[in-house]
Amino acid sequence: MRRYLADAAVLARKDVLLELRGRETLPAMVLFVVSALVVFHFALPGEQSRLAALGLLWVAILFTALLGLGRAFVAEREHRLLDGLVLAPCDRSAIWLGKVAATFVFLLLAEAVALPAFQLFFSGIDGPTVAAVLLADVGICAVGTLLAAMASAGRARELLLPLLFLPLAIPIMIGGVGAATVEHPARYLGFLGLYDVLFAILAWASFEYVVTE
Amino acid sequence: MAPKRIDAGGRAMIQARGLGKRFGDKRVLAELDFEVADGDFLVVTGPNGSGKTTLLRLCVGLAAPTSGELDIPDRSLIGYLGHDPLVYRELTALENLNLYGRLYRILQRRERIGMLLERFGLWDARNERTGSLSRGMLQRLGLCRTLLHEPALLVLDEPYSSLDAEGATLLDSELADLRPTRTLVVATHDPTRVARLASGRLALA
Amino acid sequence: MFAAAALLLLVSGMTLALYWAPEDVDQGFSQKIFYIHVPVALTAYACFGWGAWKALRLLWKREQRYDLESYTAIHMGTIFGLLTLVTGSIWAKISWNIWWSWGERQLVLFLILFLFYSAYFMLRYSIDPGPQRANLSAVYALFGVALIPVSFLAIRIAGTLYHPAVFKRDGPDMTGEMFAAFCVCFGGMLALAAALYANELTGKRLDERLRDLREALA
Repeated sequence: MRRYLADAAVLARKDVLLELRGRETLPAMVLFVVSALVVFHFALPGEQSRLAALGLLWVAILFTALLGLGRAFVAEREHRLLDGLVLAPCDRSAIWLGKVAATFVFLLLAEAVALPAFQLFFSGIDGPTVAAVLLADVGICAVGTLLAAMASAGRARELLLPLLFLPLAIPIMIGGVGAATVEHPARYLGFLGLYDVLFAILAWASFEYVVTE
Repeated sequence: MAPKRIDAGGRAMIQARGLGKRFGDKRVLAELDFEVADGDFLVVTGPNGSGKTTLLRLCVGLAAPTSGELDIPDRSLIGYLGHDPLVYRELTALENLNLYGRLYRILQRRERIGMLLERFGLWDARNERTGSLSRGMLQRLGLCRTLLHEPALLVLDEPYSSLDAEGATLLDSELADLRPTRTLVVATHDPTRVARLASGRLALA
Repeated sequence: MFAAAALLLLVSGMTLALYWAPEDVDQGFSQKIFYIHVPVALTAYACFGWGAWKALRLLWKREQRYDLESYTAIHMGTIFGLLTLVTGSIWAKISWNIWWSWGERQLVLFLILFLFYSAYFMLRYSIDPGPQRANLSAVYALFGVALIPVSFLAIRIAGTLYHPAVFKRDGPDMTGEMFAAFCVCFGGMLALAAALYANELTGKRLDERLRDLREALA
């Protein structure tokens, strides 16, 4: 177990180091999410409704995550590096866990800009919304990382990931928007937690089959 | 199934029976039968497109056969060098080897990596990003990566490609050193280079 | 065999539904579409479930023949899923004079599933046939059967707040005759799916066999 986590940590740290060197993904995510919020301001009718704005916040988060996930396996794909990781004697799911951790960190950092920006442009954000965003992030990264690995095996990779991911993200949207807009968000948060647990286990167990033949 | 004994002391490392591989409707390998015993040096030859790379990827478990059977050792025992050195271009040579060293749980990682970098003439370039290295240097680094965990089975795909004369001589002596204690499978279009060491040859058409 | 059973059960089921089962008190004759719509929907679930089971077998046994079986089952499921959307839409039009209602949970769920399984086909078309495609398809198919209950739950949780369930189609007040007719129709629909599945599978296996023979001769 300790070795397993150590492997995942080594791989996640490698991704963070690559990002620090390349600075390709995170700045794009931050810029995208802020731009999206500005665009959404103009998309909403004059008399802004708080509910509609909150809904659009979730759309912005989801698409920002997709942007990051689309980049998740670029380094591995470019020079077939996934082969090197797959050949290593560590458990293949540790590759998934490491990638999930790195993507989660990037998404958190993007949201650390996005949520205050939302507060500035639109309206305040309450505790349940923050909790829902955190719970949704786990599910988005867990499922998204697996699907990103899948999509990178296909021909139309950039197109494939959103197609694969959006139907699976609908429950996250329902839970997230629900938690952000109703008076008693407990059951929505519980639902998000359930989604996280179920799909994280499924993704963890099936990653090996995605990267091996 | 239990590995079959072939020679007096030789245990089968790789065993293929009716091995076949197709990509979609394209058949790349068909009905291959061969064995690589412990201590063998198998040279795989054949023209471009004859399936050498595919066969080697099957032998290390990166691809699965579409027909027949194939027994290969556990992946911790395998060292594989394909067309790509499998190193991150944004990281330095040292960082790359450190990453693999951790994943392979190499004891005395620092010493082992330093020794390999010295031997392949990469010590001075150890802190350069590998993206700035020449193709030949990358191939040397790929060899370091492959040998890092002292694998019992070495699978090398055209290892001489893009090496300069000095690098090729280095690889000659390295292979000669490894020959007595390791099992090797080497794909090459120039079998004379390793003919002296080889114990068997598999020609793909 | 499945085809004959399907024909027999569907004809007798529809006859029972039309002439024997009593007319619904609220909806009148239009309620009869229930005997097609619901069996089609349940059959679609059965196909998706069967496809996922074959997918699990593939990952477990690593035998390539399960790939074709899983794919064919999901193919059938998608066709029945589309039929569910169409029949549901027609029913909605007749009952409430609208083609689409976000308040209708089953329809929303089938829309999500339809999108999901369409992506499944996109995934398959973007990868060359082989063990990798088989694995990826199987993993995605397994995500599908997890998505069904999760989406259902999500729609239920959201539905009780956003869209109060005003219309209730088949309450527990279904009569014995109605239920019997429904069961016959459901059996017929399952048999139809099985017949189509077997037929499709035979055809595809024949294609493969032909290709192998052609290569053996070449």
